[in-house]
Amino acid sequence: MSQLATVRSLQQRISTMQPARLDDGLPTPPELRPLLPGGALRKGAPIAVQGSLQLALALLGSASASGAWCGVIGIPELGFEAAAQAGLTLERLVLVPDPGAHSLTIAGMLSEVLTILVLCPNRQPAPGEVERLNARLRDHGTALVVTNTWPRSDTALRVTASRWSGLGRGHGLLRTHELSVSSTDRRGQRTHTVRFRDGRLT
Amino acid sequence: MSNDEDQPARVLVLVVPACEPERALPEHLMRIDRLWKDVFGAVQRTVPGAAELQPGRCAMRARGPTRYYGSEAVAARAVLDCVAELLQDGFRDGVAVGVASGRFAAEQAATADERTVWLHSPSPGVRLVEPERTAEFLSGLPIECAADELLAPVLVGLGIRTLGAFAALPEQAVLQRFGKEARIAHRRARALGELHGSEVSDGAPLRDLSVSCEFEPPLEGVDQLAFACSTPAERFARGLSERGLVCTELRVELTDDASSVHERTWSHPAHFTATDIVNRVRWQAATLPAAPERGGAGVASIRIAPERTAPAASHEPGLWSNAPEERVHHQLTRVQSLIGPEGVGTGMIIGGRISTDRQRLIPWGARRESASAAGPWPGHLMGPLPNVISTQHAPARLIDENQAIVLIDADELLSESPAFFVADGAAPRAVRAWSTPWPLREHWWHSRTGHEALYRLQIVLDDGEAWLLRYTASSGWAAEGRYA
Repeated sequence: MSQLATVRSLQQRISTMQPARLDDGLPTPPELRPLLPGGALRKGAPIAVQGSLQLALALLGSASASGAWCGVIGIPELGFEAAAQAGLTLERLVLVPDPGAHSLTIAGMLSEVLTILVLCPNRQPAPGEVERLNARLRDHGTALVVTNTWPRSDTALRVTASRWSGLGRGHGLLRTHELSVSSTDRRGQRTHTVRFRDGRLT
Repeated sequence: MSNDEDQPARVLVLVVPACEPERALPEHLMRIDRLWKDVFGAVQRTVPGAAELQPGRCAMRARGPTRYYGSEAVAARAVLDCVAELLQDGFRDGVAVGVASGRFAAEQAATADERTVWLHSPSPGVRLVEPERTAEFLSGLPIECAADELLAPVLVGLGIRTLGAFAALPEQAVLQRFGKEARIAHRRARALGELHGSEVSDGAPLRDLSVSCEFEPPLEGVDQLAFACSTPAERFARGLSERGLVCTELRVELTDDASSVHERTWSHPAHFTATDIVNRVRWQAATLPAAPERGGAGVASIRIAPERTAPAASHEPGLWSNAPEERVHHQLTRVQSLIGPEGVGTGMIIGGRISTDRQRLIPWGARRESASAAGPWPGHLMGPLPNVISTQHAPARLIDENQAIVLIDADELLSESPAFFVADGAAPRAVRAWSTPWPLREHWWHSRTGHEALYRLQIVLDDGEAWLLRYTASSGWAAEGRYA
């Protein structure tokens, strides 16, 4: 009994010694910081990413690498190796490939434990459901990346152009991928360029 | 590795040929099964820690009984005596106890011809091989004793007819040419110990930790069953914790009123608590085939048995709290009860060349087995990988300026420059760039599926979308993946 008490008190001391988080930012890849208001993914904030799954996954890279649990809901055809290439740790990436009609319910349940969620809704969610999920995200400080439009999102990213290089007419292999991304947030609308080389942000 | 440390322990093996199922008539199977259970029970009462090898054969370490009875011969005699009264006249033929160094040698001693050299028989039914003579005893035996039915004919074809001749071959050469199984046979032929694990494993203690429960009348509903299981599950968890163990893998057997058994093994990322066990029972019961035509069938009994246990000490929460993982587990279990155990998991990359071969979803709770992803996979895709993988290989078309389908000719080149790409059910889109098709010949050694090469091709469309396509002469173009 006394040993247990010692362990508890030590755990408490460790947690007080750990630096307290002042801001509500999450680890964000430096290449993607200009796209987001405040320069980081924010806890509890939904982001809509339209037109590129690669960009949506890349947003998770830094958080996953720093030990956070992430999740992908509703993408049955996800290429795991491409996700690993984007910097995600597969051991801590929870996959719900086929949530059926429950995608928002499951997103709500997982928001309690995961740091960032990628959600591909298979139907247009009702306004009430969106509100409920947004509230749960705020409560648990979970960031949400929706691969579609999302009402009341913090930031909306939309890919306006995509260029590949490395491949010619009958020769070469895909190498680098350049995306023009237009971001809409409280700062207004801007255009950015994001580059990937061999699936990794550069 | 010196020979001394490889010298296996002395082992006693009891063989009751009449109880071996392959020798029995089908109508006697039930009877001899019961008889063997009695015989094995009697042996276990005489020599604790005896392990069943197969019906009709059991092994035990010789050291304990030898010290108790004074000598190996007397100990072997005692084992024979304890089973003698159970066996009626027709079942006594060939009953013998072999004593030798190592389980394999002892088994051979018990079954070998009594006139084999180096085998001596102090009393009827007892066959003894001295420790220093074990290798010589084995060397005279035919190769079929150690090698299986695949390896033995090959070795005989090479002129290796006895274990002695086989043992004379260098171990590395055997391993390289014939593989791991042959290496085990080779070690046996040289009278060396088992490579992994002990000669005689006493698997008995796990058995009594299992919990079973009968239901009268049989239970039909999943919820009813889960409710009825909560007490046995708690009893099971308590039984383990009293021995300082936790269960990381368990087997649930559900028997219905027509005595058909539905069993499944469940594993857990941490360890099972009573609630987890009830959950597994619930999931398993939900997958039971409904049988309305039989009317009123339900689960008549349940048995929960540990498959894998670990000391509880290694599962205590550490100083640095592992709370997030626990919370993740709890929540994922809830999601599993909503959409089924297979619906939630983590991804794993495994070996292969085609995108769909290279990945697997491991359901949450199942063990992430060590992957065989290592090793070069020539022909596998380099550079960026498609993040949407077409699991069904959706048919697609690659057409040239004149609307004709582009083919791959005998020189492994495209017949025409592709101009348009038509994905399954979509409008044609202009192709801007494409790679040379690269061939992949997998399983060319199988005559049935072999000989047909698979070609893969990357394309970029005018709107900037990139695809990975596959082509075979028989089924044409299909989408393997998309860079989304």
